[in-house]
Amino acid sequence: MKEANKHSEMQKFGMVIDLDKCTGCGACMVACMAENNVPFQEDETDPLLSVKWMRVYKMTNGKPYPETDICYLPRPCQHCEGQHEGHSPCVSVCPATATDYDMATGIVSQIYTRCFGCRYCMAACPYHVRLFNWYDPIWPPGMEKMLNPDISVRMRGIVEKCSFCFHRYQLAKDQAYVEGRREIEEHEYQTACTQACPADAIVFGDLNNPSHLVHQLAQPDLKHHGKPKNPKAFRLLERLGTNPKIYYMSSKKWVRLAGDNYTREELNKKRT
Amino acid sequence: MLPFSFEWVWDMGHYVFHGGLWYALSILGMGMTYCILKAAYDTAKGKGRHHH
Amino acid sequence: MDSALIPEGVNRCPIWKFLLAIAITSVVLLWGVYAMLLIYMKGLNQTNMNNAYGFALWIWADLAVIALGGGAFFTGLLRYIFGLDELKNIINYAVLIGFICYSSALLILGIDVGQPLRGWFIFWHANVHSMLTEVAFCLTCYFMVLTIEYIPLVLENRQIDRVPFFHNLSHNMHEIMAVFAATGAFLSFFHQGSLGGVSGVLFGRPFGFREHVLVWPWTFFLFTWSAAACGPCFTILITKITEAVSKKRLVKDNVYDLLAKIAGWMLTGYVIAKIIDTIYWATTTVPSMGFHFMQFYSNNALYGPWILITEVIICGALPALILINPKSRQNPKLLVIAVTLAAVGVSLNRWVMVLQVLAAPVLTFQEWVLYYPSWQEVATTILPVAYGVIMILISFRYMPIFPQEKELNPIEPPLSTAAVEETEEAPAEAAETAAEPELKPAEA
Repeated sequence: MKEANKHSEMQKFGMVIDLDKCTGCGACMVACMAENNVPFQEDETDPLLSVKWMRVYKMTNGKPYPETDICYLPRPCQHCEGQHEGHSPCVSVCPATATDYDMATGIVSQIYTRCFGCRYCMAACPYHVRLFNWYDPIWPPGMEKMLNPDISVRMRGIVEKCSFCFHRYQLAKDQAYVEGRREIEEHEYQTACTQACPADAIVFGDLNNPSHLVHQLAQPDLKHHGKPKNPKAFRLLERLGTNPKIYYMSSKKWVRLAGDNYTREELNKKRT
Repeated sequence: MLPFSFEWVWDMGHYVFHGGLWYALSILGMGMTYCILKAAYDTAKGKGRHHH
Repeated sequence: MDSALIPEGVNRCPIWKFLLAIAITSVVLLWGVYAMLLIYMKGLNQTNMNNAYGFALWIWADLAVIALGGGAFFTGLLRYIFGLDELKNIINYAVLIGFICYSSALLILGIDVGQPLRGWFIFWHANVHSMLTEVAFCLTCYFMVLTIEYIPLVLENRQIDRVPFFHNLSHNMHEIMAVFAATGAFLSFFHQGSLGGVSGVLFGRPFGFREHVLVWPWTFFLFTWSAAACGPCFTILITKITEAVSKKRLVKDNVYDLLAKIAGWMLTGYVIAKIIDTIYWATTTVPSMGFHFMQFYSNNALYGPWILITEVIICGALPALILINPKSRQNPKLLVIAVTLAAVGVSLNRWVMVLQVLAAPVLTFQEWVLYYPSWQEVATTILPVAYGVIMILISFRYMPIFPQEKELNPIEPPLSTAAVEETEEAPAEAAETAAEPELKPAEA
């Protein structure tokens, strides 16, 4: 039994997002909202007040025409591992243990019924993935019938964020159990955004499993907190030591440099 | 707060934190109990009536 | 009308004036209560907080009042543990101010959380590694200490003191106050520090993050230190304001001088530590994360280098210099200027360590986000101020807060109605054992 569990204990789910492929269409955002019963308001013009687990940012290289270049960057929760496993910026600060780092999957969870809305985790997260329910979640009449029954809706006054569609992991595990298997296949657990991406820019899987595409793409250096060995890959704010599990890939140097902060001297060195 | 909540772990963090907490709470509790009991005793002895 | 409740041998304004003051302050208080109810019923969308500003005016107010209320623990430490006996003449007021500050902080926290009914989760499901957990526990425990320190004052009210049990209780509590004060100092050290740790541990926020000593970031020690330095300054400031409003001297100059001197040296030490911390942060911590420290002071409409200079030099080094120099601190005007600057400085520090931390962009493709509070936030922040004023008005009128008041303000020609009171007691004082002559409610 112990031996059998060993492999699953070492799972570490993560994502590789190929920014060269991303067109910024926003299908991932829509799929995420529909899948996870994310509430919305009549007026969604202010991104600072709206709840979006997945958000697509637009970056530019800041250069004038004709050298102008842009890039879209989808940003789900980064499911940070921290400097030692489980020491994510947000998990370590939550006073009520309402957010947890699952050692078996590497997923940072949010316990909605435990969160009392102090918002310390929002202050801790440099990626702004944590969002507060400023309003009561109200769906237009009839739309509540379209809610996903596998996901609880959240009440006003608490924090929520991307869960890597954890309910899909649970369903896949259940299915495997019924079929007498202990392990789940790569295709059995995929997030909604991954499946919705028309450009196949998002790849999801177990970073610890060499047969999974995410592992092959990102080539995480497990001795160095999963730092990508693929020269095209990078992680957001790598230097802060958050050790996220979302890897971005781009063939453009300015995009890779935009993933982190560098002092002017460092930038000059990197550019030459 | 108490070992009954399910996320309780018997580790160093909990020893130090709750050690400090319960130490402070006991001092406050015992101190106030002492004051109240002694006040009751003193009153029974007739202390504190001198200005009547 | 209420002269039977007023401490013996002191003059208080006529009751109509007192009630008028309470009524005016209550209007402000009610405005705050109205805003509070709005927030409770409609939720935190009544504020201008947003997903970038999870912490805003309220958390600043919390940190600021707790720093300013630090006068209670530090004066208590000096008086009861280090045995600086003169401070007994100001400790009562320091305790009262501390009590007001801490109850205000708890009140604001109660409004600030998104699900107030789950507030107890922070205790029951405590994550002992979170700075906020430490804050919640120590704050609550220390509030108990302040209540314990405040109770004897209430019991010393002339009428309550006549009940033998209460008289004995307050006497006994005084006897072992050193134990409570020591516990209070222990708790304060940790919660003041943990409040500093709140931003210091945020390794995702380079502006707030600081290197650690064991499990505590530098800000942990800086916050405790600054509260110990600036808390007494705030106590002095409020005492001076109370003197100005009541138009009488309440505390002797040597007491002010002693407390101001200690606060001055504490502030000097703090400012030096803060400067070292800032230099280390700017030259080592921040570059290691890929930032130039000036990035945190440019490209936005509010946070420029001025805020650092104002906090550390104008409201730090300057008051420190005034306070450590006997000549300048003995000048009443300079003393008031210095303690005001120190109180502003520590509040500014708390603002920076909460709001600037969140305002500064970390992701390269994001911008500064600035914020201004909604009227509901302002009203609920002024609410505790109004509550504090009312608490002071009531406590000052009915409790013997200032042991030196009688001596400093002898009542020469006894008022005709109060003539009975003023029988003897030439050397006055003699604190709690003062024999009180029988007094009838002077209604006619």
